[in-house]
Amino acid sequence: MSKYRKLVITTALAALVASPVLAEKLGLGRAALPEEVAAWNHDVRPDGLGLPEGTGSVEDGETIFSDNCAMCHGEFAEGVDNWPKLAGGMGTLDRDDPLKTVGSYWPYLSTTWDYINRSMPFGNAQTLTPDEVYAIVAYILYSNDMVDDDFVLSKETFLDVEMPNADGFIIDDRAETEYPQFSQAPCMENCKAEVKVTMRAAVLDVTPDVAGDEAAAEMAPAAEEEAAAEPVAAEPVVAEPVVVALDPELVDAGKKVFKKCKACHQVGEGAANKVGPQLNHLIGRTLGGEEGFKYSKTIVEMGEGGQVWTEEALAEFLSKPKSYIAKTKMSFAGLKKDKDIEAVTEYLKSFSQ
Amino acid sequence: MTVRFKGKPPSRRAFLQGALASGGAIAGATAASAAGPDPLITEKQEWAQATGEGVDATPYGLPIQFESDVVRRNVEWLTADTISSINFTPIHALDGTITPQGCAFERHHSGAIELRKEDFRLMINGLVDRELVFTYADLERFPRVTRTYFLECAANTGMEWAGAQLNGSQFTHGMIHNMEYTGVTLRTLLEEAGVKPEGKWVMVEGADASSNARSIPLEKAMDDCLVAFKANGEALRMEHGYPVRLCVPGWEGNMWVKWLRRIEVGDAPWESREETSKYTDTLEDGTSRKWTWVMDAKSVVTSPSPQMPITHGKGPLVITGLAWSGRGAITGVDVSIDGGKNWKEARLAAPGQDMALTRFYLDHDWDGSEMFLQSRAKDSTGYVQPTKTQLREVRGLNSIYHNNCIQTWWVKPNGEAENVEVS
Repeated sequence: MSKYRKLVITTALAALVASPVLAEKLGLGRAALPEEVAAWNHDVRPDGLGLPEGTGSVEDGETIFSDNCAMCHGEFAEGVDNWPKLAGGMGTLDRDDPLKTVGSYWPYLSTTWDYINRSMPFGNAQTLTPDEVYAIVAYILYSNDMVDDDFVLSKETFLDVEMPNADGFIIDDRAETEYPQFSQAPCMENCKAEVKVTMRAAVLDVTPDVAGDEAAAEMAPAAEEEAAAEPVAAEPVVAEPVVVALDPELVDAGKKVFKKCKACHQVGEGAANKVGPQLNHLIGRTLGGEEGFKYSKTIVEMGEGGQVWTEEALAEFLSKPKSYIAKTKMSFAGLKKDKDIEAVTEYLKSFSQ
Repeated sequence: MTVRFKGKPPSRRAFLQGALASGGAIAGATAASAAGPDPLITEKQEWAQATGEGVDATPYGLPIQFESDVVRRNVEWLTADTISSINFTPIHALDGTITPQGCAFERHHSGAIELRKEDFRLMINGLVDRELVFTYADLERFPRVTRTYFLECAANTGMEWAGAQLNGSQFTHGMIHNMEYTGVTLRTLLEEAGVKPEGKWVMVEGADASSNARSIPLEKAMDDCLVAFKANGEALRMEHGYPVRLCVPGWEGNMWVKWLRRIEVGDAPWESREETSKYTDTLEDGTSRKWTWVMDAKSVVTSPSPQMPITHGKGPLVITGLAWSGRGAITGVDVSIDGGKNWKEARLAAPGQDMALTRFYLDHDWDGSEMFLQSRAKDSTGYVQPTKTQLREVRGLNSIYHNNCIQTWWVKPNGEAENVEVS
């Protein structure tokens, strides 16, 4: 009886927590239209499945890479700051600090094509044409000394490219190499004779400075008080610049547009130069005039010629960056809608007063 | 883009001293109560006389101001930009097993996006009988399940491969959270579309600019994957993939695609960037393991720990921590105070659940001498969490991912703790 009861309880419990089992389809959702699948189904596999028709040369790739990728990945795919290096590192995988790049590590060329096509450029993804992607991939191969400078990559030649580390991977073997030895009954007493410290984090000391944050927060109110006290003492001696009232709705709309810029530019409190210069106090700033940022030659020369960022200049620049500043490092195609330019300008103005 | 694991030049910090100073104040109060009548009791307090805040003062409540240090934190030198970066759950300051969404770690590849439910579409395409599109409202009409799972980034503890690096369980083990998810099983959706016999893999893709895509074997997809739209009872947070994310229980967090927009069925894996150039584990001879999806059993003492020094002196001490396994349930956790010479079985707050966090406690009478605190998890497959030395013998120093080694905190007589490695 008890045995039977236990069985019943077990079965009942199982039924209580079981996943739903459907006898038939529910008929929810709708058929995906062919053009919808085509719009989203862009992934490419190692066997070439998914590759569109197209072609691109190392030569074209060099220009396209310079315009779209170099600000993070470097002119020679060598990587800027902490951004990924795409070239070099051959023969380093068994060393202390392996350099993993497309050339030294990536096992499939399709991965490069697929990633550039679906996820790059950073902050302006899914804007490249198939020919441009072929060209960029060709240039990355060239940067890795895998092809000559006259190489042209196309759907037809794609599978001919051999990746140096194609055979460098094994499928997860923990079940054989680790699980047996890590599944022994553990020792509970007198497991070792002595315990010595062999390494200390305090020696390396790379933990973020949390107390620093708190100290800064504690400092803040005092600084604010000082700032608040200031206007009382300091009567304006010079006429203040005319502060034009901002349209809050437009500022808000501009904040949304600015998402397209955020991958490279910071604005607001604590904004610093990143891939692009920080944009506080942009209106009225000399072209190429943000200290500490490495601009293209052209923009510096324009600034030296006396040009400053006015709303009009900004509007012109944002509608077609590369025609306003030839060879600008900014790899952004521009804003197509005047409404967006107006909004983002208003947003930037809110940090310019 | 890249999470870098070898640090930049160090900068001096006073963070430990800060933690000790605030702890000292609390200890002082305790001491005062022993010396004479406690004014907190003998004197009438303002909060016992005046009224407090009314309802609706905060329509959606936030933690009280005194807990403002219990927040996610970023390690700036790890990545080039916060848009493509990671931060860490304050596990040192939490208890129980459920991670509140507001402090559950974030990992974005192109930033967290604002996607409205109304704009959400989920497509199933490829080797299926009917390629389908679902709206958010459609998903809500499928039979629903609620399950609790941990999500651990494969790079959790990755900075510690080469040596003890970061002082705090938040930083060494905080790329983890544990939530109760509600949603529809992936199996339910795949059956609605009808997987063709040649379909062996699914690719899951996100709607954000990173278009993160991962290949998952059909067997796993049909087993326990969950298309989730609620976490801990409420809508997912933006940073965790609102309105819909995938749960891949027990497997590395990168596969839990956020802002899920497409599931493709195919006959072979896609070998996307995140499953070839990243999330592969390089061994000492330069070959690399791929498809290392499952997260092995692991545990860590969350307190005491570098961010949670002992401030009360010797006597009763609660040693607590978290344990988990991607291969099943935690069956036990051993704790050592002498660097692994001797072990005691800790008390589990509740029996271990498959692929969910387990809380453990060891009620200890601390004699005030130094301790080398360690914890060792055991799971339902018989697996025992290995030491760092054992792992390095198999993998070398360059694996980056899947570091599930036993962690050591060196607790000093003054109660401070430091991240160390021991022989």
